[in-house]
Amino acid sequence: MSATAVAGAARARARGLRRFASQEALLAVAVIGLAVVVGFINPRFLAYRNVADILLGNAYIAIAAIGMSMVIISGNIDISVGALIGVLATLSGSIAVAGAPTIVSWAVPVVLGVLVMAAQGAVVAYLRIPAIVVTLGMMSILKGGLISVTGGKWITDLPQGFHLADLNVLGVPMPVVIMIVATALAALWMRYSPSGRAIYATGGDAEAARLCGVNPQRTVVMVFALHGLFAGIATLVYATQLRVIQSTTPSGLELTIITAAVVGGVSILGGVGTVVGATLAAILIAEITSALVFINISPYWTDALRGGLILATVIADIVRRQRRAARGWKK
Amino acid sequence: MSDASTSPPLLQARGIEKAFPGVRALSGVSFEVRSGEVHALLGENGAGKSTLIKILSGVYQPDSGAILIDGRAARFATPEDAKRAGVATIYQELLLFPELTVAENIFLGHAPRAGGGRIDWRAMRVRAEALLASLEIDDLAADQIVGALSVGNRQRVEILRALSHDARILIMDEPTAALTESDVTRLFDIVRRLKARGVGIVYISHRLDEIFEIADRVTVLRDGAYVGARPVADTTSAELVQMMVGRRIDNLFPKTVVPIGAPVLEARDIVRRPMTKSVSLSVRAGEIVGLAGLVGSGRSEFAQTIFGITPAESGEIRLMGQTVRIDSPESARAKGIAYVPEDRGVQGLVRPMSVLHNFSLAALGALAHAGFIDRGAERRMAEQGVQRFSVKTSSVDEIAGRLSGGNQQKIVLGKWLANNPKLLILDEPTRGIDVGAKAEIHRLMSELAGTGVAILMISSELPEVLGMSDRVLVMREGRLVAEFDRAHATSEAVGSAMMGGEPNLEKAA
Repeated sequence: MSATAVAGAARARARGLRRFASQEALLAVAVIGLAVVVGFINPRFLAYRNVADILLGNAYIAIAAIGMSMVIISGNIDISVGALIGVLATLSGSIAVAGAPTIVSWAVPVVLGVLVMAAQGAVVAYLRIPAIVVTLGMMSILKGGLISVTGGKWITDLPQGFHLADLNVLGVPMPVVIMIVATALAALWMRYSPSGRAIYATGGDAEAARLCGVNPQRTVVMVFALHGLFAGIATLVYATQLRVIQSTTPSGLELTIITAAVVGGVSILGGVGTVVGATLAAILIAEITSALVFINISPYWTDALRGGLILATVIADIVRRQRRAARGWKK
Repeated sequence: MSDASTSPPLLQARGIEKAFPGVRALSGVSFEVRSGEVHALLGENGAGKSTLIKILSGVYQPDSGAILIDGRAARFATPEDAKRAGVATIYQELLLFPELTVAENIFLGHAPRAGGGRIDWRAMRVRAEALLASLEIDDLAADQIVGALSVGNRQRVEILRALSHDARILIMDEPTAALTESDVTRLFDIVRRLKARGVGIVYISHRLDEIFEIADRVTVLRDGAYVGARPVADTTSAELVQMMVGRRIDNLFPKTVVPIGAPVLEARDIVRRPMTKSVSLSVRAGEIVGLAGLVGSGRSEFAQTIFGITPAESGEIRLMGQTVRIDSPESARAKGIAYVPEDRGVQGLVRPMSVLHNFSLAALGALAHAGFIDRGAERRMAEQGVQRFSVKTSSVDEIAGRLSGGNQQKIVLGKWLANNPKLLILDEPTRGIDVGAKAEIHRLMSELAGTGVAILMISSELPEVLGMSDRVLVMREGRLVAEFDRAHATSEAVGSAMMGGEPNLEKAA
């Protein structure tokens, strides 16, 4: 009896350890560890101003990375999101400047985000065109269209009420509030709703999922629609922070968002990952970028570091899989 | 042949041993092929034929044993080595490039060169045409695109490719499996020509009539071991079937005797082209019906039709006496049918997900309240399943893909049995799992039959079919060809019905 109790305790401890060694825990440790180390080298790194800058300036990336994680977990990818955020931000600003009610200028990007992404999801799911092709096409259309229509004109004189990101909830800036609430809701939904489970099943093995009564096509459309919702919300946070909206698409934004999802532990092969990891990774990447400035390393290294982070994560993922496969064989 | 027997065989394998993790694939297998001889290799699925030809063609290395070419020891570290020694293999799945021409496919990797390393297109064409002419193939041109050719012609291209390497030993793995009758005739014509040229041919087939038509000698493998070799002229199909399946049926498979009830499934004249041609059968409550047949006989396709994956084109399905329409897996499931597919990896299990989530995946609708999964109920369901099916896992949170094959199979079974089906269709329920897990699954099947579930079991393992079934049905080429009750289902009778060897059996008697 006591022997089984001991074995049970050992198993529980092993489970606890495994959870502790999860990607999310690793990222949380990295976020805090980096803050401590860089703060030790240059205390100004931990000043309220800088911490706020890091969080406020990158909350929209974390929010967009939530949707991106879902898309990648479902076995797809989206590279149009950066361009879409640029277009939606320009649209939102233009509507506000034209004198429409604030609520309309906030609602339009969210609704349009859902529609555009759902349409892409439908093409991917029902016409069976790989997501990378569909979203690459959409990226070009959006980027080109935006420049052609606006001629790259800046949007200025935004009305006072437009700036959602300037608000506070109990002293916490709105972008951070939205980031935390969105991450928490998405994490709960992914974990505990049948639809969230369907996303993991579809990405893990679409055929097995189909036999179990999951509709993989409908799931993919739903995932893209949700990704559009988060892209719309990310646009709100991004656009309402700016005093001037340059009607261009932020360069490399889609890559930053994908990086956050992948570094957050979402498997590029689908079926594995969490949205919490993506949010933490978005924060970590922003923190690294800022840290370079504070320890006097040329910011040109940012991209290289980000690339290294992606490679390290993917290699770690593959190695983990291989080790798992090797263990499976021996059994 | 008598003069050839004085010189050493073209190819000889002696005492070949090969083990894979957990499986002994070949033990002490010997085999030889002489110049101008067609030597057939016969055995059930899993007897070790594929492993042997992969060793002969350099894909695998034997753990021990020797390969001799012209009496001299040879070592094939890679398929390239085997090719250089004159051994060419034509696999069941043809390895051709559909976008390229016949000539390009033949000479891929060893195209004739002109000055400066450029490919000499003219020489290539001329040599391709010469090869075509040498086998008197007149309906194939060197510059045709391979993708547009019939299966028979593609196979001829593969044979030509082998000949372009000056192959002296040609291994053909079930070459007639996908051919039409006229293509088979032409293939045999080519085989006879090659024979006359002194090529040694290793011919793998399930079809006894073909072996009697084309082969000179036949070697039989069973469970990875050498059973014997016979000159074809001195043997009968009865003897060959006996050699292939003749192992004692031990009591590894204890189907307990339970009362058989009313029919649960009655299928009448089910047609779904091209694989299911008018199949009628019934399965009763508490009964296990074994569906035997060779791979490709249409058993799995029939099961998929009953389960609604490929709905029937015509025919009648009655469940518990009621005529029903089944046009999707959803409707089949709703009517009380469960189907455990052959390839649990592709079709039954989401490997990256946990045991817990796999168990609940088919029942999420029932587990959810107000849009969220009742986690307590989900965990209870999975833990009960793990216990009932004795799944060996550290916890239900373990990733399903990390468990052994037998335990994965138990999860798939458990998942489908969660909603208490009336008819359970099992396709190769114990393929690729170890003996212990096998016995466990057989015990579960008996137990389920005891509770009144009707079970239709597809299996390529004859001992399993004979040991577990109350009744054995045999399918061949999309039709039911024989039915045996438990008392009359012997391995010889079922085996020859599978193989279609009855006429020869009569001759032997």
